[in-house]
Amino acid sequence: MLKVNNISFRYQSDRWLFHQIDLIINPKEVVGLYGQSGIGKTTFANIISGYLKPDKGSITVDGKVYSQNGRNPVQLIGQHPEKAINPRWKMRQVLEESGEYSDEFLEKLGISKEWMHRYPSQLSGGELQRFCLARAIAPKTKYLVADEMTTMLDAITQAQIWQTVLSLVEKQELGVLVISHELPLLKKICNRILNFEELAGNK
Amino acid sequence: MTELISKYLPLKRSEKYNRRKRALATSIIGALILLALVISGFFIGTDGLVVNFEAANNAPSLQHPFGTDWLGRDMFVRTVKGLTLSFWVGLLAAFISALIALLLSLLLVLNKTLDSLVTGLIDLFLALPHIVTLILISFMLGGGLKGVVIALALTHWPRLARLLRAEIMQIKNTEYITVSRNMGKSWYWIARHHILPHLIPQLIIGFILTFPHAILHEASITFLGFGLSSDKPAIGVILSEAMGYLSSGMWWLALFPGLMLLLMVAVFDSLGRNLRKVFDPFKGQKG
Ligand SMILES: Nc1ncnc2c1ncn2[C@@H]1O[C@H](COP(=O)(O)OP(=O)(O)O)[C@@H](O)[C@H]1O
Ligand SMILES: [Mg+2]
Repeated sequence: MLKVNNISFRYQSDRWLFHQIDLIINPKEVVGLYGQSGIGKTTFANIISGYLKPDKGSITVDGKVYSQNGRNPVQLIGQHPEKAINPRWKMRQVLEESGEYSDEFLEKLGISKEWMHRYPSQLSGGELQRFCLARAIAPKTKYLVADEMTTMLDAITQAQIWQTVLSLVEKQELGVLVISHELPLLKKICNRILNFEELAGNK
Repeated sequence: MTELISKYLPLKRSEKYNRRKRALATSIIGALILLALVISGFFIGTDGLVVNFEAANNAPSLQHPFGTDWLGRDMFVRTVKGLTLSFWVGLLAAFISALIALLLSLLLVLNKTLDSLVTGLIDLFLALPHIVTLILISFMLGGGLKGVVIALALTHWPRLARLLRAEIMQIKNTEYITVSRNMGKSWYWIARHHILPHLIPQLIIGFILTFPHAILHEASITFLGFGLSSDKPAIGVILSEAMGYLSSGMWWLALFPGLMLLLMVAVFDSLGRNLRKVFDPFKGQKG
């Protein structure tokens, strides 16, 4: 169980971006989170995945706080795949950093074998995003946070990727937090949908 | 029409890039010629260094292009031998310096407390006049070849270390390193796999630029009598001995060795600068 305990965060000292958010995500659950841009969704995603520290509150997975040692069971897939990949590495090396992947798994994510020898600058954003997704999924991963993961992709690819993710939810008992401003997408794939404004507003 | 084309920006930029590449090729050729000279210094026999009073105090001629000294030794042979020694001393010192700079700058991600010590050391070394720290360390170590090399190595790393730290600072907070942390990679792993490869171009260029500095400083402290001992055929030794004979009109004793030393320094300095301009054009504009 991923538990968000009462977290608060602010960039400027005089204004809370959000205040005292509580949230629980269970294994095999797909939770949608939507809200207009600039409201703090990406910041929230970064905190849940351990990229940023909350000013108050904590994140626990099965009762434990991630201690920066070892792999975080919560993995984030962000909005900008080109920033999340070392530009000097070939794609094979990018995947190897995370672990070993079967050809079957990569095929399911739509990753072509010939991309392995390319540099990130030689792939499109959508193609890079599949690598980020593959990299985030490892045996130890229990929760995925997908922040506008497929916003830049065409409808067919988008459907394909979400289908893969949903099958992983079943197989690996993943819990997923899907952050998007596209309500129709969330309605299609989520078990429950939250409005970030309400989440941040109910004190 | 041609005017239009010449106004086309990318074309202009590529012209500039080509000019840089040509400059780089020139300095590479210069460095290779010097390298050949330095290596030949190993193989030149010591015939020219035999004391021969009949040929003493000769002005430059075809037989002795750099003249001879008061003992009749050929100044060309002495100069080449001196350059060879300076070259190896400089190379060794610059290499150790670069290594120190690399290891200390990596502390930025590996150990916070030691890193603040490093910043203090960098500021200290850069605030003190170079030649003073150099003489102090060399003197404390008792001079000689070992003392000079260690003193040079210990005084030439701060500038490069500062450069590398700035570079690490930039890359340290990139998203892909955060991702790597979140995948459970240690800072050692990240330093080795993400940061080190990123630093290598700067490191090589920094090494090449440190090299002429080290050579010049070795010659100056040797000249001042705090460096290599007078039985070593170093350029600094040659120059300081020559000072005693300048008043008797033997200008060639100091002129040619001095010029060759400056030439070697200039060639490697321009090699480093041109490399930087080609591989790191943005920073090259400032230097
Ligand atoms: N590093 C930062 N420093 C200061 N303010 C920031 C920073 N990142 C984002 N913000 C501000 O925080 C607010 C929330 O941003 P963000 O979390 O990206 O929202 P969303 O993902 O919902 O569009 C925005 O007003 C943004 O300008
Ligand atoms: Mg966002």
